[in-house]
Amino acid sequence: MSKKRRSLVRAAFSAVTLVLTMLLLSGCGNYMVLDPKGPIADKQLDLIIITTLLCSIIIVPVLIITFVIVWRYRASNKKADYKPEWAHNNLLETIWWGIPIVIIAILAIITIRYTHELEPSKALASDQDEVVVQAVSLNWKWLFLYPEEGIATVNTVTIPEGKQVRFELTADSPMNSFWVPELGGQIYAMSGMSMALYLQADEPGKYFGTGANFTGEHFANMTFDVNAVSQDDYDKWVSEAKSSPEQLTAEGYEKLSEPSEKEEPKLFASFPEGMYDQIVTKYMHEGAELHQHGSAQAGESDNGKQTAEANSEEPSSTHSGH
Amino acid sequence: MLENIKEFASEFFVTGDPLIYGADVSIVLATLGIVFVLTYFKKWGWLWRNWITTVDHKKIGIMYILAAIVMLFRGGVDAVMMRTQLAFPDLNFLEPEHYNQIFTTHGVVMIFFMAMPLMFGLFNIVVPLQIGARDVAFPYLNSLSFWLFFAGAMLFNLSFVIGGSPDAGWLAYPPLSGSQFNPGVGQNFYIWGIQISGIGSLASGINFIVTILKMRAPGMTMMKMPMFTWSVFAASTTIIFAFPILTITLLLLFMDRFFGAHFFTLDGGGNPMMYINLIWMWGHPEVYIVVLPAFGVFSETVATFARKRLFGYASMVFAMVIISIISFFTWAHHFFTMGSGANVNAFFAVTTMIIAIPTGVKIFNWLFTMYKGRITFPTPMMWTIAFIPAFVVGGMTGVMLSVAPADFQFHNSYFLIAHFHQVLIGGVVFGYFAGLYYWWPKMFGFKLNEYLGKWAFWLWNIGFYVCFMPQYLVGLDGMTRRISVFSDPNWVGLNVVSTIGAYIMGLAFLFQVAQIGYSIFRHEKDTTGDIWDARTLEWSMPSPAPEYNFAVIPQVHGRDEWWEEKERRRRGEKPWQLGPIEPIHMPKNSAIPAIMAICWFVLGFGLVFHWLWMAIPGLIGVFICLYARSFSAHKAEYYIPVEEIERTEATLRGGAV
Amino acid sequence: MAQSPAHGSDHHDHHAAGHHDPQDIKLLGFWIFLVTDVILFSTLFATFIVLRNNTNGFEGGADLFNMTGVIAETFLLLTSSFTSGLAVLAMHQNKVKPMIIWLVITGLLGAGFLALELTEFVELVHEGATLQTSAFWSAFFTLVGTHGVHVTIGIGWMISIIIQIVRRGLNADTKGKVTVFSLYWHFLDAVWIFLLSIVYLMEVM
Repeated sequence: MSKKRRSLVRAAFSAVTLVLTMLLLSGCGNYMVLDPKGPIADKQLDLIIITTLLCSIIIVPVLIITFVIVWRYRASNKKADYKPEWAHNNLLETIWWGIPIVIIAILAIITIRYTHELEPSKALASDQDEVVVQAVSLNWKWLFLYPEEGIATVNTVTIPEGKQVRFELTADSPMNSFWVPELGGQIYAMSGMSMALYLQADEPGKYFGTGANFTGEHFANMTFDVNAVSQDDYDKWVSEAKSSPEQLTAEGYEKLSEPSEKEEPKLFASFPEGMYDQIVTKYMHEGAELHQHGSAQAGESDNGKQTAEANSEEPSSTHSGH
Repeated sequence: MLENIKEFASEFFVTGDPLIYGADVSIVLATLGIVFVLTYFKKWGWLWRNWITTVDHKKIGIMYILAAIVMLFRGGVDAVMMRTQLAFPDLNFLEPEHYNQIFTTHGVVMIFFMAMPLMFGLFNIVVPLQIGARDVAFPYLNSLSFWLFFAGAMLFNLSFVIGGSPDAGWLAYPPLSGSQFNPGVGQNFYIWGIQISGIGSLASGINFIVTILKMRAPGMTMMKMPMFTWSVFAASTTIIFAFPILTITLLLLFMDRFFGAHFFTLDGGGNPMMYINLIWMWGHPEVYIVVLPAFGVFSETVATFARKRLFGYASMVFAMVIISIISFFTWAHHFFTMGSGANVNAFFAVTTMIIAIPTGVKIFNWLFTMYKGRITFPTPMMWTIAFIPAFVVGGMTGVMLSVAPADFQFHNSYFLIAHFHQVLIGGVVFGYFAGLYYWWPKMFGFKLNEYLGKWAFWLWNIGFYVCFMPQYLVGLDGMTRRISVFSDPNWVGLNVVSTIGAYIMGLAFLFQVAQIGYSIFRHEKDTTGDIWDARTLEWSMPSPAPEYNFAVIPQVHGRDEWWEEKERRRRGEKPWQLGPIEPIHMPKNSAIPAIMAICWFVLGFGLVFHWLWMAIPGLIGVFICLYARSFSAHKAEYYIPVEEIERTEATLRGGAV
Repeated sequence: MAQSPAHGSDHHDHHAAGHHDPQDIKLLGFWIFLVTDVILFSTLFATFIVLRNNTNGFEGGADLFNMTGVIAETFLLLTSSFTSGLAVLAMHQNKVKPMIIWLVITGLLGAGFLALELTEFVELVHEGATLQTSAFWSAFFTLVGTHGVHVTIGIGWMISIIIQIVRRGLNADTKGKVTVFSLYWHFLDAVWIFLLSIVYLMEVM
């Protein structure tokens, strides 16, 4: 290696290192996923950390070995051994088949356990009461219905802190995904089905929520706020909402569901009863059964993706019994 | 009348954007320029005889690679435009509509029209030479594959100036891609551009399987094949199982859009989730289709430049076979968030992790090929070494994504974007670059300029990390893919850094173009045919190889046949005893593939615009071509006489060997 | 099957160096093509099975299928498979005329099958079952139609082979074509058996 080239290499190395350091220093802990505000996001972060550590057991040595081998066995280093015919070693190969197998096996067991534990349609604590919020993805805004309170909002959600919230998700638009990174992972919102996602905020705050699956032209504007407030403030908010001047009517919904570029947050004092079910069953012919996915009972069953019919014995009662 | 024409033209041509007008003008100028040059230098006949009608695998390979480089430019321009918008989201450099088209075409172009042809280009150039064959098993079909790819690519790219580009993402999930939400013609261009080139890919898959199974030189058992050929075999097998699924999926989407069928519609009992399953049943194996040959390239370069046998050959083969089988059982990890239930998710999470095992084994084997070797660092080896950290880190984030409940936090975010770019650029692009630099001398008889190549290498690598590392972070900060504007101030800095990285990679690409241009005019001719002192049969012949490849088919004894032969000669033992030269049986050039591809293009274009008056003649043309071939195939062969072979060999080798 | 007829090729003497018999290579290529066609049909079958209950409130197959016609189609296609086998037998004995006659009969049976299938489709359309009616009917027409298109292409291909044999007589090349064609034809027969059981019988039962 000539002197000039070596300095080029060195410059490149330092540039990369510098950028990486800057990035890491630029605020660990501020990243939403790494800074959870609810039990679900918390456990998901645990899982992310466990995975990273387990992977590092292999990754870090590999990176070091790579560097050492490439450096030591460079052609210009005449002191190093040269064994051009050495191409097989049972012991070594057993080791590097074995170690990844062990690590992946551990990771697989952890994953299977967590997959059941964090099944999004599973209530966090079954004895605790819950708030139900129905979210509908429209082009290009989110409509939220509170079936128990009888109020509706657009592009904003208010929930009580410390209480589990059962989000029921559907779409009257192309498939979207409902994501509030600080509270927990996302689940698809699909037309013709209702999906359940349990989330909970442990402390009051304003959290970022977004549509995560592309739904067309102004998809980028499908963000919303999640306001976690104390139970008292929540009750206050509900009664304020109930006295808000606007009501969501069937015609109002028709208008709202038409594509619009960007929608400011809105409150509606009421909405027509059974509206959510109507949206879910909109494209079904008369007499068809509701395709229900991810309900608390169905969540644990292994019924595949296209066989939604399998658990359609329960009639359209997406949120009965609350 | 005039009004009607005007109205039609404003619908037909994409209008209203200065970028498009600029593109229109440059396309017209470039076309005129090419026509002028060809006419002025009287090169039309040369183009027709030597390239358009050729059935020579080496020339077809060169055409694939040329097309892939042009498409890399197009996809790269798309990427740079996206990054520009994201660095300055408030400037509205791109309207959302335009942005959506650009990320869609970026993905489609990079996978279908850049990675696939670059891969087939390397297949074509290397495999027959490596296994001691005169050509692929079906040279005519090979030419047809290329022209179908080309017709598909042209049809897709035409959407930029005619009719409008697709804008539903690179995999076009319905219902967004269905006529209810996407009534324009852009999505039709998507369907037919990919369908036509996909048929070509399928044919190539068949072609290379048969080539490898039937055309190996005597003595070369399966377990003596060079590792690149093994990777081609694994990738081709994966192609023949995966691509028919794509063909049907696109056909069904077409049925929905053209005939109003109800496969994936919201109404009429359609099931959009089925599309997502089907497209990933193809889509996941597809990723391994493009990455396995890159693994093959690394296996060749690492052994050559460490001047050592490839470590753990049997392990390597086994790992590759396992990867291509398991790749068919992981598709649902692309939509853990669909809510299929914990057991389904757990199953697909575990299958996905299992793939990490054989992949990891391959990395160890490459490392221990270098262990106790004598490593030199020309550009192909630099790309090989750069691949290891890039792919190892990308693989780790892949394992992180495979943990289903954690994926709920990564899915559709920039974390995912960073991951797949890291494995696709770090794995596939680095691998194909390594292959391109490595086999370039075999293709053209000279090496690419190393100085410019090293500049390009470092810029690529720096740009790559600067671009994608911030994307992991911004993804963890909740930024989702496919958005053209955002309001979170925390994302701005990371996006600006990422954009700088993209520009550095753009610059690196320009260095590569300059490198190729410079090397064409200033190079040293390779007279040895074995410029890297390499190990496999393709280096035993002059560079570039004569049209018939091997004057006499060699007898193979070991895995590194050419290396062992050189060792024998170094020890002063008797060299190869080749049989006498005999007349060589060769396929004749054929114009039918190119003509049939034009017919497919016409058919596709007609179907895009629902013009049956155009589509039906196109279809008839396709069948006429099939008939014409069936009736003439037995006459499409000839023999090269012994004297001509002897003359060619004498000129090429200059009496050196 | 794989190594049956292609040997004894008159090209053999020229391939001393490579030992690659072109007919052998073509046959393997065609087998692999058939693998891709199997995947193609499997995907369509999977689609049909997923969508079979999505009738959108309209009548399904059980109400509208005309099983007499379907059984007649089955009979024609199975017989044509048998006659194509007879053609190959005649070819092995180098009996050109009987071979052509068996091929023509195969083609006519295939055409009869197609005519019946088209009649069936027309009747269904008259009953109101079209591609647009429901997911079930979309899947039905696409799956059965794809098989029909395969049969149509097969007939066209066979005509071209017959013409070539009449012109050039039987040699390694044309024999290879007949072999490959008969493989294709048997394959379509096998696909039809699956169609019959999964689409028609399971629907009616």
